[in-house]
Amino acid sequence: MAQRATNLFSLARQALSHHRNWPRLWAAAEPRRHYQAIIIGAGGHGLATAYYLVREHGLSDVAVIERGWVGGGNTGRNTTIVRSNYLWDESAHLYEHSLKLWEGLTRELDYNVMFSQRGVLNLAHTVHDVREAKRRVNANRLNGIDAEFLDRDGVKAVCPGLDVSPTRRFPILGATWQKRGGVARHDAVAWGFARAASRLGVDVIENCPVEGFLIDNGVCKGVRTGKGEITADKVGIVVAGQSSVLAGMAGFRLPVTSHPLQAMVSEPIKPVVPCVVMSGQVHAYVSQSDKGELVLGAGIDRRNGYGQRGSFPVLEQEAAALLELFPAFSRLRLMRSWGGTVDTCPDASPIIGRTPIDNLFINCGWGTGGFKSTPGSGWVFAHTLATGQPHPLNAPFSLDRFTSGALIDEHGAAGVAH
Amino acid sequence: MSTDLFRIPPELASPLEDIDRAHPVAFRFDGKRLRGRAGDTLASALLANGVHLVGRGIKYHRPRGIVAAGAEEPNALVQVGQGTRGEPNLKATQVALFDNLSAAPVNVWPSLKFDALAANELLSPLMVAGFYYKTFKEGPASWWDRVYEPLIRRAAGWGKAPPGPDPDTYEHTHAHCDVLVIGAGPAGLSAAKAAAESGARVMVLEDDARPGGHLLARPRRVDGRPGHQWAAETAAALAAHPEVRLLTRTTALGVYATAHVTAVERLTDHLGPGAPGPRQRLWHIRAGRIVLASGAHERPLVFADNDRPGIMLAGAVGTYVHRYGVLPGRRAVILTNNDSAYETALALLDGGGSVVAVLDTRREPSGPLVEAVRARGVPIRAGYGITGTTGRGRVKRVWISPLAEDLSPRIAETTLDCDLVAVSGGFSPVVHLWSQGQGKLAWDDRQACFVPDPARPAVEPISVAGAANGCFELAEILAQGANAGAEAARAAGFTAKATTPPGVEAPPATPPAPIWLVPSDKPPGEGVGKHFVDLQNDTTAADIALAAREGMTSVELMKRYTLAGFGTDQGKTGNINALAILAHELGKPIPEVGTTTFRPPYTPLTFGAMAGRQVGALFAPERVTPMHDRHRARGAVFEDVGPWKRARYYPEGGEDMDAAVARECRAARQAVAVLDASTLGKIEVEGPDAAAFLDRVYTNTLSTLGVGRIRYGLMLNDDGRLMDDGTVTRLGEDRYLLTTTTGGAATVMDWLEELHQTEWPELDLHLTSVTDRWAVAQVAGPKARDLLAELAPDMDLSAQALPFMRFVEGTVAGLPARVFRISFTGELSFEVAVPWSVGGALWDALFKAGGKHGLTPFGTEAMHVLRAEKGFIIVGQETDGSVTPLDLGLDWALGKKKGDYIGRRSLARADLARDDRKHLVGLLTEDPGEVLEEGAQLVDDPDQAPPMTMVGHVTSSYMSPTLERSIALALVARGRQRMGQTVHAPLADGRVVKATIVDPVFYDKEGKRRDG
Ligand SMILES: Cc1cc2nc3c(=O)[nH]c(=O)nc-3n(C[C@H](O)[C@H](O)[C@H](O)COP(=O)(O)OP(=O)(O)OC[C@H]3O[C@@H](n4cnc5c(N)ncnc54)[C@H](O)[C@@H]3O)c2cc1C
Repeated sequence: MAQRATNLFSLARQALSHHRNWPRLWAAAEPRRHYQAIIIGAGGHGLATAYYLVREHGLSDVAVIERGWVGGGNTGRNTTIVRSNYLWDESAHLYEHSLKLWEGLTRELDYNVMFSQRGVLNLAHTVHDVREAKRRVNANRLNGIDAEFLDRDGVKAVCPGLDVSPTRRFPILGATWQKRGGVARHDAVAWGFARAASRLGVDVIENCPVEGFLIDNGVCKGVRTGKGEITADKVGIVVAGQSSVLAGMAGFRLPVTSHPLQAMVSEPIKPVVPCVVMSGQVHAYVSQSDKGELVLGAGIDRRNGYGQRGSFPVLEQEAAALLELFPAFSRLRLMRSWGGTVDTCPDASPIIGRTPIDNLFINCGWGTGGFKSTPGSGWVFAHTLATGQPHPLNAPFSLDRFTSGALIDEHGAAGVAH
Repeated sequence: MSTDLFRIPPELASPLEDIDRAHPVAFRFDGKRLRGRAGDTLASALLANGVHLVGRGIKYHRPRGIVAAGAEEPNALVQVGQGTRGEPNLKATQVALFDNLSAAPVNVWPSLKFDALAANELLSPLMVAGFYYKTFKEGPASWWDRVYEPLIRRAAGWGKAPPGPDPDTYEHTHAHCDVLVIGAGPAGLSAAKAAAESGARVMVLEDDARPGGHLLARPRRVDGRPGHQWAAETAAALAAHPEVRLLTRTTALGVYATAHVTAVERLTDHLGPGAPGPRQRLWHIRAGRIVLASGAHERPLVFADNDRPGIMLAGAVGTYVHRYGVLPGRRAVILTNNDSAYETALALLDGGGSVVAVLDTRREPSGPLVEAVRARGVPIRAGYGITGTTGRGRVKRVWISPLAEDLSPRIAETTLDCDLVAVSGGFSPVVHLWSQGQGKLAWDDRQACFVPDPARPAVEPISVAGAANGCFELAEILAQGANAGAEAARAAGFTAKATTPPGVEAPPATPPAPIWLVPSDKPPGEGVGKHFVDLQNDTTAADIALAAREGMTSVELMKRYTLAGFGTDQGKTGNINALAILAHELGKPIPEVGTTTFRPPYTPLTFGAMAGRQVGALFAPERVTPMHDRHRARGAVFEDVGPWKRARYYPEGGEDMDAAVARECRAARQAVAVLDASTLGKIEVEGPDAAAFLDRVYTNTLSTLGVGRIRYGLMLNDDGRLMDDGTVTRLGEDRYLLTTTTGGAATVMDWLEELHQTEWPELDLHLTSVTDRWAVAQVAGPKARDLLAELAPDMDLSAQALPFMRFVEGTVAGLPARVFRISFTGELSFEVAVPWSVGGALWDALFKAGGKHGLTPFGTEAMHVLRAEKGFIIVGQETDGSVTPLDLGLDWALGKKKGDYIGRRSLARADLARDDRKHLVGLLTEDPGEVLEEGAQLVDDPDQAPPMTMVGHVTSSYMSPTLERSIALALVARGRQRMGQTVHAPLADGRVVKATIVDPVFYDKEGKRRDG
């Protein structure tokens, strides 16, 4: 399928024929019998993996198998915060690699993913917060990541709508500021990767649930799906909230628990929040979409579950937290709320690498914060599948760290892990 | 002030009219002063004044008017009120009119009449679905952030956020009922009646200010009376019933697990600003059974340029005529695919309007309503559609044409002049809450709508009745309601009798003949006209076709690509058309395409109502100690620690923090000082297995601790990381008192309860939080004993009688007290605990007696300095979830001879036994006056380019008044093997501070001072 780049001119050209000749974003595909590599899950991570497998590692024969529709999992449900200011070196290097890919992604994919580097504030409300914030800023800086500590006035200058008065229940003492962080249009990321992968010959197969694995003597030979058996040299599981279910099908266990995580948007209003604002102390995070909606994320529902459905009190808490930061938003209105299922790891860091089954690989455990790593995660996972070995960037994120104890605990460090 | 020219003359008014003509209400819209009547909505008042143009479309800024009469309104969004009570995006159809209401259009510039961005329409061939993904990439990458996105952001969004905090209050309330009825139309009222008669506790929620549903806007007879009268009487009887609670102006918003329903009651919105009491009340209702009687929404027909002001839903037009006495137009054209719009024609005629023609997309409309309209001399054109419209600011003329059999494009045959187009495409049951309760939908081919599928019931206990169930015949609606109410009561354990539903007079409700896209002269997207599907997002039929062409074949993908259904109306009117058009494009039947998920809330909900009282100081209630007032009186500066306010330091005579802290530290080291330590978590563990339990949760052995003795204990998590620390005192054979960190108290309590309840329920013990049972004063310093001896003459506090890490009970200052010899400062120190209620008295007594000893209060900051001088850790400061006791040099606290404890196995894992782990060390800067930044990262080679190899970080750092130089604690890789070596801290300001690694205990290494 020969396609020219999309831009204003192609739009204009297509307009002449009333847009009748736009091709499909990604080709409709039915499974073939065998692939070099099968990726399970057409979320951003799975699609990015397929894309880089072809683009970086020269595979020619790759399928992404999705039980529903492209981007219908957490990729299309998240609050799209992108940043790389993680504390620990292992995380910082991985997320920063991803952030660098984000910076070129619209061009790489020839699809506008609307990556908006409007900056991310992580607020500090207590003496303890300030200490931790400075620690992170220092670590980020020395890791080559842009990071700044802003005092109260600095925070006000970046986000005038925040109430920084010292009389608030949790006054704002300062914040970390990553200017290169921001948000992106989540659906466009999934569509852009699907389109780009499809153009490189990847089969993106929707409505095709994986129901089991073909495992022979500890070696994975393929998958059983709603559309029949498909064999493959290598299989990668990238199914976020369903990870433990798929691992169960393959006969191994993961230290991963699935929880509902909700998000919500307000009615669209004129711009009032110019950057991303996060606070671990009051537990709120908010940004404003290009449509004008305030995008708000809640904390996880404590109970476990695979249903993409949370409970209302969690949202009430989130609203209260929002009003602690922005008391003026009380008369704005919640327009829509929804839930995803997040795959949380005990140390709040992902698992990217091999499994106890040969030729079966897994990329999961991103929990509440994996959107930001979409390109980076796909990039390192593609390397891992293609070479059979983790890339140095993801080597620390192996499943055996739970045996060795080499955890990468981002809980305390991240505050709100988004 | 103009008058309401389009108000129907009183002599022609409908018997259903529900406004108070005697009470004029002055209001403003778009700066103009207008007048409505009490009982009006903003929409009905605007229409009464002939105002149709109320807004502009989001993309092309085409003029837009009022479409509906309720929550489903897609267009008429307005900003109501001013200043901190200003509220964006309210639907004019839902705003009750009150005196001096002031409303303005949103997102228009410079004005509603002349909107500059209407020029966008010229670009509309480019602005198709998803165009922004394909463009705005031109130029350097930075143009997105600098040029394109700011333009998009400025153009997007409707109204404006208020400039300051909300002056109004909101509240939450909880209720339980046997049967919850949602909707008080005929179905809901008869359900509630049947359920109430069984004795069940019933709640009824009605969005409208009045119960009655469509009986309020359609002439019907029920039980020999006018329908609205039957509704009023039934509602009054229900309201009088002791077990029934009927709430009007209350909207059910969501259904959550365990039959948890949320609803918002608008208490004062209709009264205007400043009305007393909370503004809105959020209800949390737990229902035994839910009867959903939420009715149906009329859907529009999609035709070319169907978005002009004056093009309205036919049912809404009927409502404005009957209920509000308003004639939305004098010369109406009606476009319909079903009989219901004929009632609107009759209403308009009765109200003094004229009907130019009824265009019926059906080939052979028939039936009593059709005949009644025909009999009034209205031309009925069967098999006709509208192929286009004109009119700036208001529809003026429509182009019409007979429909081709295959619905292929048709050139207009003729035109009709009009000032109103009333449209009906049939009805969509309001199934949102059913779907939220996890019920599935089935496609009803006859009614051409999605209905609750009885074969695939909801997970939550919901049954559906009336129009919400796809039932449109009034007699059947009443019967279904009564049945559902009785069934629900029975399911909730009551005996409900079968009732005979009342007789009714109503026109037959014939099903519509579906038509999803009325063809014009060209296929959508190819002619000049636009076929709007979602008016709020300016999504057209052409956009949906493009989405389908580009592979957005799932309805969810189409929604996301075209934004159909993403507006503040959540597609209540437009969604069905969108998915039907998608189905057509894909060549699939509608049910195979399915609906998008119905997401809560049903209508938008203020964040204020969500937060309720949990705002300001009540966001997270502050906890204070009984000595708090004393600290305030001394001018203490407080800090937040967990939920507590703790005194950080007590400045005197203009001192800054450093000076105050230095003074407080010196007092503790040289004389005596006192800290309010009441906030530390305290947990009593009592029972025959208390000792065994504690041996499992602490690294130390506690079963061997003698009664009256104290031990410092560490608690690890499963991963072997330090989770909390504190002291353990054995109060008795079976009774221990634990202390925790201030911030960790609740976590530790939860953790212990979880372990006890889920891991070792066989252990016989119980846990009690006693944090706010005991107020604690920590008296520290060489003169501490002298001071206390004076206050506790009956107690022997000598080193022999009460050695370090011992505990004794007695009387201090006449108060029952527990005295602990614990030291976190390294000085001779007593922690005196008295009942919480007399903490203040203890504090006062200490100061009364302490003056001559130089007693000085010290805050958390001095406490931090004093403990750092001694190398004592603070959990959360020296630890961060990665640190083990071995890292901290606390090996001595790990019981070697005891059995298993939590974290023990993990401590033996490869990574935790690594010899290059980070160790707790002390740091001394080269320049003794330089206080390192806490959180500074440490490197060996300061000249390395980033990413640099970091070997550790500074955890605590202070100017030590005792040592008269700066000191710091740090975690440094292999630190214990690197004593005397240098590390570097490259700071943000570009300076690099050099420091030497030293032992973390800076002061009194031998521990001589703690005994005084
Ligand atoms: C409410 C919410 C807010 C969030 N906010 C942020 C944020 O602000 N920033 C951030 O960085 N991250 C955020 N996240 C996390 C982020 O969304 C995820 O970590 C990330 O999107 C995961 O991407 P993925 O491609 O791995 O998973 P997904 O997008 O979930 O894709 C997994 C796919 O696997 C498919 N699948 C599952 N089982 C099968 C099967 N048996 N066969 C075939 N296919 C299957 C699913 O249908 C799904 O499409 C948030 C998440 C949620 C839910």
